[in-house]
Amino acid sequence: MTSASRPLTRRVPPSERLVEALLFLAASVGVITTVGIVLVLVAEALDFFRAVNPIDFLTGTVWSASIEPFRFGVIPLVVGTLDIAVIGLLVAIPLGLLAAVYLAEYASLRTRNIIKPVLETIAGVPTIVLGFFALNFITPRLLKPLFGSDIGTFNVLAGGLVVGLLVTPLIASLSEDALRAVPRGLREGAYAMGATKWEVVRKVAFPAALSGIMASVILAMSRAMGETMAVVLATGMNPQLSLDPRQSVQTMTAFIVQISSGDTPQGSIQFKSLFAVALVLFGLTLGLNVISNRIVARFRNRYS
Amino acid sequence: MSASSAARTPASEALFDPRLARRKLSGTVFLSACLLAIAVLLLALLLLLIDVLTKGVPFLDLDFLGGVPSRIPARAGILPALVGSLEISVIVGVTAFPIGVAAAIYLVEYAPDTFITRLLRTNIANLAGVPSIIYGIFGLAVFVRALHLGYSLMAGALTLVLLILPVVIIASMEALRAVPDSQREGAYALGATRWQVIRGAVLPSAAPGIMTGIILAMSRAIGETAPLILVGAVTFVTFLPTPLENGYTVLPIQVYQWATRPQADFQAIAAATIIVVLVLMLLLNLLALVVRARLSRHVSW
Repeated sequence: MTSASRPLTRRVPPSERLVEALLFLAASVGVITTVGIVLVLVAEALDFFRAVNPIDFLTGTVWSASIEPFRFGVIPLVVGTLDIAVIGLLVAIPLGLLAAVYLAEYASLRTRNIIKPVLETIAGVPTIVLGFFALNFITPRLLKPLFGSDIGTFNVLAGGLVVGLLVTPLIASLSEDALRAVPRGLREGAYAMGATKWEVVRKVAFPAALSGIMASVILAMSRAMGETMAVVLATGMNPQLSLDPRQSVQTMTAFIVQISSGDTPQGSIQFKSLFAVALVLFGLTLGLNVISNRIVARFRNRYS
Repeated sequence: MSASSAARTPASEALFDPRLARRKLSGTVFLSACLLAIAVLLLALLLLLIDVLTKGVPFLDLDFLGGVPSRIPARAGILPALVGSLEISVIVGVTAFPIGVAAAIYLVEYAPDTFITRLLRTNIANLAGVPSIIYGIFGLAVFVRALHLGYSLMAGALTLVLLILPVVIIASMEALRAVPDSQREGAYALGATRWQVIRGAVLPSAAPGIMTGIILAMSRAIGETAPLILVGAVTFVTFLPTPLENGYTVLPIQVYQWATRPQADFQAIAAATIIVVLVLMLLLNLLALVVRARLSRHVSW
């Protein structure tokens, strides 16, 4: 709001001050939540680190929370999470970017009005439904015929595919915004030099929007790492250190679900490990979100 | 200067490609790839819907909607989960609405451009990216344990309020920003105070966007699963949940429970439950369209 639309009078009645105070309180709920999340995770994780050395936790390559001997090395869970995220991005980057370029550069208003709702519907499908789809259709109907019995009922590939489907609308919509923010003048200059449409897209529009596109991909990575129910149903709960996409692994989110939905007692070391794993997940996704927001903020200023 | 601009540099020579037909062909190939990508997305969505519908529809009848869970799939029903989902959705909407709109009004209409304001804004953007399961852990610590709500439907609903609040705030902020300043200046010119301006001139114009945001957030709350596992949405509930009693379940949790069983009949009732979830979400989306259209009749800028 510009300063021109502020009231000229300096006398502010007490009721108005009260309203402003209440509104400020509501606006602070977000910060209180953030601080609360950090405090809860750190406090409970510290409790866990009294029993398990944090260095062993961060560098250990064996995770066995339910079968003795108990081992709490978080690397298999982190690698499992990255397995899913990388396959997801391998699917979502080409699909999302092609859709974004088509929507921003080629589509007529009519086709746009058909394609946008399709993307929004995919984005709105509950993730548990995508997990069901992976377990009931993608693995038995698509992957089993391709790989035969080498592929398990729960596998990384099915999880990665549905997570990719899930984050494609995010990449498509944010990248489309980035492409639309590129000024017309840049494109017109290229056309004036005799470039074809494809050359304008490839050599002018796409490079100019690259930072916004990067931001969308980073955000999609964060989203993929935090995804829970689709991965639980598609990829299962097997915390092994593996890069084989045909096998089952356990992501950080899937471990949290396993511990909290079982009958693990709340004071046990297993239950406490949940908070340490959640802290790692929170740190990684927050880091990616902050980087993405920074890139967007910098990009926004460039052409305005 | 004149020498260098008169002669073509080797670099520009390399960039210039006179084969127009070939250049246009590569453009056509790219456009085909774009269309292929969109076809793949459309196909995936269609396959998902067909898979769920063919499996679920045969089990979808009044006994299923009105029955309680059972170990025998043919006798199982979803009434407790359906009631739980509807209760949660209403509590989420009613709670998130005042907090979300108030926060958005502060950030758009009041907040001075200070460090604290920027912190509040950045924080909301970052909160929107926190994995939903982390909210579940926070809800477990705060609502279940610290506020002694136990594993009640209220604890679950409040957890989801925090989860969707950033979405509601961002949607409301966009709606408020879309109201032109002339609207505010007109009201000030008539002698209105700041709050009168907001209540009388800004909010009615922003209402369609705000209400759409709230209803879509309620729709999202209906589909949420992961955070509710942490705040105790147990899976075998044969009674209708009330907000403050321990023990409740919701539709997506019921889907999770049944989908993890290998028997085909359990898969089928999971699919039938998914259909109910999707229909509820579809109805809320239609409601959003209707509300938007009705409220927009009074907005004339």
